[in-house]
Amino acid sequence: MSTLQLDHVSRWYRNVVAVNDVSMNIGPGVTGLLGPNGAGKTTLIAMMSGFLAPSTGTVTLDGEPLWRNEQVYRKIGLVPEREALFDYLTGRQFVVANAELHGLPDPGAAAQSSIALVEMSDAQDRVISTYSKGMRQRIKMASSLVHQPSVLLLDEPFNGMDPRQRIHLMTLLRNMGAEGRTVLFSSHILEEVEQVARQIEVVVSGRHAASGDFGAIRRLMTDRPNRFVLRTADDRKMASVLLGDPSVRGARLRSDGGIEVEASDFGRFSEILPRLAREHGIRLHEVTPTDESLESVFAYLVSA
Amino acid sequence: MTTTAIHPTIVRLGLRSVFGRRRGILLFILPLVLIGLAVLVRVLVGADDLAAERTLDRLGLAVIVPLIALLATTGLLAPEIDDGSISYLLAKPISRYTIVISKLAVATCCVLLFAAIPMLLAGLVLMFDDPAFALGFALGSLVGGTAYCALFSLFSVMTRHAVVVGLIYLLVWEGLLGGLLDGVRWLSITRWARAIVEPIADVTLAGDLSTVYAIVATVVVIVGGTWLTGRRLRAFNLTGDE
Repeated sequence: MSTLQLDHVSRWYRNVVAVNDVSMNIGPGVTGLLGPNGAGKTTLIAMMSGFLAPSTGTVTLDGEPLWRNEQVYRKIGLVPEREALFDYLTGRQFVVANAELHGLPDPGAAAQSSIALVEMSDAQDRVISTYSKGMRQRIKMASSLVHQPSVLLLDEPFNGMDPRQRIHLMTLLRNMGAEGRTVLFSSHILEEVEQVARQIEVVVSGRHAASGDFGAIRRLMTDRPNRFVLRTADDRKMASVLLGDPSVRGARLRSDGGIEVEASDFGRFSEILPRLAREHGIRLHEVTPTDESLESVFAYLVSA
Repeated sequence: MTTTAIHPTIVRLGLRSVFGRRRGILLFILPLVLIGLAVLVRVLVGADDLAAERTLDRLGLAVIVPLIALLATTGLLAPEIDDGSISYLLAKPISRYTIVISKLAVATCCVLLFAAIPMLLAGLVLMFDDPAFALGFALGSLVGGTAYCALFSLFSVMTRHAVVVGLIYLLVWEGLLGGLLDGVRWLSITRWARAIVEPIADVTLAGDLSTVYAIVATVVVIVGGTWLTGRRLRAFNLTGDE
């Protein structure tokens, strides 16, 4: 059982702040590090794996510092996002080399079981340069698991995986979390994270925007103001009708036709919209949510 | 985990890395050029002291040895740092100095195989009756080449353009300034190698540079370069320095 602790951690590159005063504890089980691209996830994982010094604050694993402390790698398995591997080796040679570098007593056996765990036994004797993206990801997993680490850090592990491989990796991570390992993976896709992670840490623009189980994060998202574009038979009348309802915070006529509506209560708005339209004899042509992108959700979380 | 200075797995991976890439072919071509030229000189000029000396000094010590060291060292470290695959070596409970020393051991073996031994063979081709001549140049190549490896390993961890920086260093510092400014000899690895060759081969190459100074300076570069490379690797940033 291991715990990663980040205490008021910031990291900047010259005058660009990549991570801004982040404090979090990552304990046993699966934790998802969620955030849009460029949010600082890779920087955080680099600091959690001892490959980057925080500019201020401390990052420790079970109380031990990670920076310039190679002995922590007995406990840590790292799956970096970058795809580069030792392409001239076969998958098996690569995992065996990792086992040898960990000084394991039986590197061959450790490699075999790790390769079997990620279902790469059939392709293990092929040269890595011939592997698909998903196969590379799995052999990287095998190499990071070969010494049975108590902490596993994965940077965007689902990138490039087909649905079957994705499900397999999700099961693998869930099992590892259930075994009491501390598993942290980063992703920019909420659906991906909530299928695997018990705990979710949301990072936006280098800041720790939210933390909690996926239910709590979901609530933060669904309770936020929602924006829609409506196209109706009578936009002006529809806008005035909607403004009379407390679930609507604002309505604006667009110059190219249609109404922009901001609803503060998504549940009530979805119920009253068709009813009010019918009562006032206004035909609804189109209802389009405009802010479903992850970035807007995150932007809301940060401002909340 | 591993307390030895050289890790066999890193050596094995290093050998695969050097010879698994296209530039590894150059390691075979350069010594062939040296031996081929030695044969040509021998055939055209005969057993001539000055011709032999100039061939081994100006082609061997000044060109082939540093190029072999550059190719071997940068082929071991720079590509892994560039593509990030070095993280698989660094995410292990192994001293960073063990990683550097293991890699330098591979580079030094390359210098021995592709620079020192070809120098010995070329020396024997040129001056078969004087084996000390060939041995002196071979030893100077090995010692000078090892110092170059330590220096180029430091370049590899300091810049993403280690090959270019290494070539500029060789052309500008060792070549151009070394020829124009006499004071450069105190800080020139090739000049030190020449001073080491002198007493064994019984030739005059380095002027007033003493062999003792050359040996001490070479050891300082080898130990200092190794230490600084390991130190830099301990603080390796996976995300880069941007």
